[in-house]
Parts: sequence; structure tokens; C-alpha cells
Amino acid sequence: MQLEVNITGKSFENAAGKRHDVLAAINFTLNAGEVGVVFGPSGCGKSTLLKILAGLDHNYQGRVVRPGVRLGMVFQEPRLLPWRTVEENVRLAAPDVDEARIAALFDVLELTAHRHHFPGELSLGLARRVALARAFAVEPNFLILDEPLASLDNALAGRLREQIATLVASRRMMTLFVTHDLDDAVRLGDRLFFLSARPARIIHVETIAALRAKRSEQDIADIKARLAQLDLANM
Amino acid sequence: MLRLVSFALFIATWWIASLLIGDAKLPPPPVVLAAMLTEAKSGALFVNLGATLARVALAFTLAMALGSAIGYLMGRMPLANRLGDPWLILLLNLPALVVIVLAYIWAGLTEVAAIAAIAINKLPTAVVTLREGARALDPALDEMATAFAFPPARTFRHVILPQLAPYIAAAARSGLSLVWKIVLVAELLGRPNGVGFEIGVAFQLFDIPLLLAYSLSFAAVVLVIETLLVQPFETRLSRWRLRAA
Repeated sequence: MQLEVNITGKSFENAAGKRHDVLAAINFTLNAGEVGVVFGPSGCGKSTLLKILAGLDHNYQGRVVRPGVRLGMVFQEPRLLPWRTVEENVRLAAPDVDEARIAALFDVLELTAHRHHFPGELSLGLARRVALARAFAVEPNFLILDEPLASLDNALAGRLREQIATLVASRRMMTLFVTHDLDDAVRLGDRLFFLSARPARIIHVETIAALRAKRSEQDIADIKARLAQLDLANM
Repeated sequence: MLRLVSFALFIATWWIASLLIGDAKLPPPPVVLAAMLTEAKSGALFVNLGATLARVALAFTLAMALGSAIGYLMGRMPLANRLGDPWLILLLNLPALVVIVLAYIWAGLTEVAAIAAIAINKLPTAVVTLREGARALDPALDEMATAFAFPPARTFRHVILPQLAPYIAAAARSGLSLVWKIVLVAELLGRPNGVGFEIGVAFQLFDIPLLLAYSLSFAAVVLVIETLLVQPFETRLSRWRLRAA
């Protein structure tokens, strides 16, 4: 199980007919059990890249090989069905999930009390966790997380990051995590792909040797300090 | 309670008006009630109401089903929209009378002609409403359904239909009122029974109590269907929305 990405370009045409290049050459592979982090400035085309990798956008140049993918995806906005309850939202995406599994997921994500609520009754943090539960319930072999921690306060983001780490560690799959927070990237990722501004290309790949679970605060600080010295923002 | 007061007010206004205008033009409530009872006893009232209701049900179902399907296609596929749009504008602006008369000429004074004519009158409004609904579908939810590999039936039932529900309800509501109005014209012009036919007879005989008896019974049926069927349906559709406590 391996994801092979060989994108040579992706462009949009705007309403005035002008061409905008969003992605330049992007090549990498991702193996099962590995967490890749896509890191880049806002608006650099991270979400566009994810859409291509998720198979939602076929209009690009190049090739993406994703054999037998069972995708679990957490979009930037929770994208829940407002007319279905929390549990129904999860079960619709994962009809085969059994009660024990769903109960365990809701337990980890602290959603048990909200099972029968409608998404409109939830805060953003809770809705995000429902989206996470839905992505994990399908037992994916490819998991995409598009800035799941954005616009949450620090305490909440920290807790949710712990929960994501627990869930990612519980399953051997390819994970792709998009963020613009270096701390999240270093804590959660095995390989970090740094993207340039538009049109996005990979300007640096950082491989972290230490296992995710065994990284100390010191390791994390060291890696961050080294990355800061690379001055990636100006490359 | 408030509804009862409002109803009493209606009866009172009617009664006073009939006293002012005179029995010949506007008979008071008891006279109309008597006419209603006579018709009910002979069974004619129910036969005619039943005939009209059956026509309404058939034409309404036909127009809603076809109109929703066409509207959905036109909203989702630009080609279907470009092809269908001129037809739609023509049908929208075609007077009901023209459709009914032409249907009777081409298909004879038959039940099929009447129901088809009523359905054709309602069809374009359903198409227009559902087209707007299909255009307003959230692409973000579509992507979610694709990412999680929803089979088409599941996407339709759980993702698309709930988004279209308010539009379907709006089309049903406006369509039903349109059908109520047009069915009587179709009956007046070419059917041997139904409320419209009886009103035509009453008009020719200048039998105002009979005319009012049928009109009001019909209005009562409409009111009952609205409160017992349409409104609960609308409430059910929007139960997931947050309401102010």
C-alpha cells in the first residue's frame, strides 16, 4: 500500500479567462503507517492538492497512484449533514461499523453525550470531532486531515491533537495531515513536506527519525529550531 | 381558540353583509347550510367533492413527480437547462384556459384530458422551484459524499433530498393552491361532475345558495388538507433546524 504522487501542474481559469497556476511539480510517496505533513503558507494550494489526492479533482497534469484506497477524510469545515444526528452522520459514512467500535470512537473523542444531537447544536470543536469520528469509523487505509485544528483555542486544539495522535497510532494507514502550524507538524508527522507560495512546489522534505510516541519536548524544540534556521519562508 | 374567533368573525361578517345586500344576492349562512345539507343527504355533495379531490390528487402527483425530475435535471445539467428553458418560459406564461381548451379539443372531453391539462398548468412552477433547489445544492457535501464513497442511492436520500426538501415543500404548497384553482375551471368546461361542474350549473340557474354551498364545502376540504397534511409535513421536514426556545 503506497501513495505515489507525481503532479506536474494544476491551474485554474478565473472568470475573466486568466490562467492561475496553483500547483507546480509535486512528487512524493507515502507508505502505510507513515504520517506525511503538508506544511505551507495560507492560500498556497494545500487544499487543492488534497482534493487531487482524495480523488475529488481529476483535472490536473501528472499522475497520482492510489491503489485500493479506502479513504477517510476530515475536511477543513466539518461538512456534516445538518439533517442527520451525530451518530447517523458517522453511520452513513461507515455502514459496516459495529456498535463497540463506534462507542469506542465516541469515547475517545468525548462525543458520547452528543450521539443524538444534530450538528447545528454543536460547537465547532465538537463538530470537528464528529468529522474525525466519521473518518476513523470507515477504518481507512488512507486518512486525510485538512487543518483539523484550525480556529480552535489552544487548550482545545492541544486536546484534539492528542486524540488525533491516539487514533492515528491505533491503525496502520497512510496519513496526510495539512497544517500551517509548525508545532502540530513536528508533533504529529513523520515526514514534513514544505510547500512554497503559489504555484506550490515542495521546497524541503524533513524526515523525523524519532518515533512519534517517543519524541520528547526537547526533540520537538530542536527540530523546530533547526527548521526555523532553514528560513523556509524565503526560499 | 384564535382560529374559532376568526371563524366566528367570518360568519358574522357574512351574515351582516347578507342583511345589507339582500337575500337574493348573498343568502345568509342558514340558507347556505340548508342547501349544503340537501346536497349532502342526496349524496351529490360527496360524489362531486370526491371527483374533484381525485382529479386534484392525480394531477398534483403527476405534475410534482415530473416537474421535480425535470427541474432537478435542469438545475444539475447546463445542457438540459439550455434545451428546456424556452419550453419552460412558454409553459409558465401560457394561460390555464388555453391549455384546458386545447386539451379538450385534442383529447376529447375525457378524464385524461382534464387531468393532463391541470398537470401541465402546475408543471412549470414545480420545474422552476426545483431547478433553483438543484442549483443551490452544496458542492461541499457532494465532495464529502464522494470522498466517503457514498453509493448514488444513499447520496440521493441523505445528501440531496434533504437539501431539496424546502424547495419541494414550496413547490407543493404553491402547486396545490394552483391546482385547487384550475381544477374547477377544467370541470366547468368539460366534465359531467365535480365541484366545478356543480358551480357551473348553479351559475346557469342563478342558484346562489347552491353555488355557495359547493364553494364553501370545497374551501373547507382545502383547509382540512392544508392543516392535516401539508403543515405537519413541513414541520417534519424542518425538525432538525434549531428553534428559539
